[in-house]
Amino acid sequence: MALQLPIYLDHAATTPCDPRVVEAMLPYFTKVYGNPGSRNHAFGWKAEEGVDWAREQVAKLLGASAKEIVFTSGSTEANNLAIKGAAEMYEKAPHGSGQCRGHIITAVHEHKAVLDPCKRLAKEGFDVTFLEPKADGVITAEMVKGALRPDTILVTLMWANNEIGTINEVREIGALCHERDIVFHTDATQWVGKMPVDVEKDNVDLLSLSGHKFYGPKGVGALYVRRRKPRVRLVSQQDGGGQERGFRSGTLNVSGIVGLGKAAEIALSEMERDAARLSKLRKRLETEVTRQLDVTQVNGHAEKRLPHITNISFGFVEGESLMMACKDIALSSGSACTSASLEPSYVLKSLGVGDELAHSSLRFSLGKWTTDEEIEYTIKSVVTAVKKLRELSPLYDMHNEGIDLSKVEWAHH
Amino acid sequence: MSYGPKIIDHYENPRNVGSFGTQKDIKERKDIGVGLVGAPECGDVMQLQIKVNPQSGVIEDAKFKCFGCGSAIASSSLATEWLKGRTLDQADEIKNTQIVEELSLPPVKIHCSVLAEDAIKAAITDYKKKNGMPVEDHDHEEAAH
Repeated sequence: MALQLPIYLDHAATTPCDPRVVEAMLPYFTKVYGNPGSRNHAFGWKAEEGVDWAREQVAKLLGASAKEIVFTSGSTEANNLAIKGAAEMYEKAPHGSGQCRGHIITAVHEHKAVLDPCKRLAKEGFDVTFLEPKADGVITAEMVKGALRPDTILVTLMWANNEIGTINEVREIGALCHERDIVFHTDATQWVGKMPVDVEKDNVDLLSLSGHKFYGPKGVGALYVRRRKPRVRLVSQQDGGGQERGFRSGTLNVSGIVGLGKAAEIALSEMERDAARLSKLRKRLETEVTRQLDVTQVNGHAEKRLPHITNISFGFVEGESLMMACKDIALSSGSACTSASLEPSYVLKSLGVGDELAHSSLRFSLGKWTTDEEIEYTIKSVVTAVKKLRELSPLYDMHNEGIDLSKVEWAHH
Repeated sequence: MSYGPKIIDHYENPRNVGSFGTQKDIKERKDIGVGLVGAPECGDVMQLQIKVNPQSGVIEDAKFKCFGCGSAIASSSLATEWLKGRTLDQADEIKNTQIVEELSLPPVKIHCSVLAEDAIKAAITDYKKKNGMPVEDHDHEEAAH
């Protein structure tokens, strides 16, 4: 097949919907349009059947039971419900008592949808520890152990990082939490549908997932809530009609939920094959780019990483101009410099990647339909672009003349 | 970021890329003025070099190198075009707002034009200092903004 441009390498942002998913959803817009909450007629029952089927599929993907799945609008909502809901349920002292309401552990390079709920809780009387990773980006059970306190009530750590693709020691951290009756939540948005989950063996109590990250529709996700050993309870964050066993009120997004179910069913049978193929492609990309260019590094742990995400820093070139030069490839820049802020990525900074390298970083995230040809084209484009921009770069000249850039007195602005 | 055609043109075909020698060489050349502004951790570094005719005081040639976004590259490329053929005094009159206007820079990229103006002023100051000429005290010197 001929190469089609532009190439999409931003699957960590979102994925295309699988046509099989769309097909499964379609009847639920015009034919099976009942409200699953309508218990008195066939329209409601039919819709409920669809939701029940989807719940089974999602549960299977996680090694959970159907009753442990709470449908949400996506991972952000699932994270908010898990973190705020657990904190409020297991608080050690009531709000406004002036005492610490409980201790929560998370990490500095989490997604904003975890960081911001934690920061809000910190304002409302909880104590939050933000663990800092080492250069490999991995949060280990040892790090969590070192931060535990007698009043720790919740640990929330992502399974795999969205920007660099590194994997935390989820199973070990979960075991640690279970020994101490601490609730363990993991934001598994980038993990689910790509890599296997077994909530029992992995010792997870709460797990957030999002449909559109694994070829399902946008606007639907789920929170896994453990029901036994131990039973985890949450204070609901959205009140109303009491849907989803009171965890999440609001009429169910039936077509979206069915789409999520279909995506889960497909993922379960195809993820092993996809992961093996994408892992090879990703490694090819990493190896070639770092072989053909000097002062180029792959960020984060070399092995403990997702098959399909890589983040590469190119010294002496700037991220936005690099993306402009690779305009046929949809990528994400490690730098936020397209916004008014000049701050480079907080995730890369937390790994100790210097500011000048963090400004020159690209995230490549591959997907189910990424081809060998697309990766070959990407390698060629990126290498050409970096070489072109280095010809323009005063920093690359200085580097080649043996000038230590860290010793230059820059005029900060 | 979607850019206008002039920025894209300067980015894809940058004018007058290069330098008149290594950092060490140009430090010793009295006919060259260098402006190096910005910082790597801010994501922009501009290097502007002017070659001045000592008799006429006219800028005969200008070259740039830039580490930065598309707007920064376009701003410094445009600056070299405008510098050539001007006297030092005329060069000193280039304002960042003229660069903004010419390239239709989006508001979040105004700082790139400011950096280019700083680079011009710094290059002129460097030339004057090397040649024992009086130097005006510019607010923008050394990219203080």
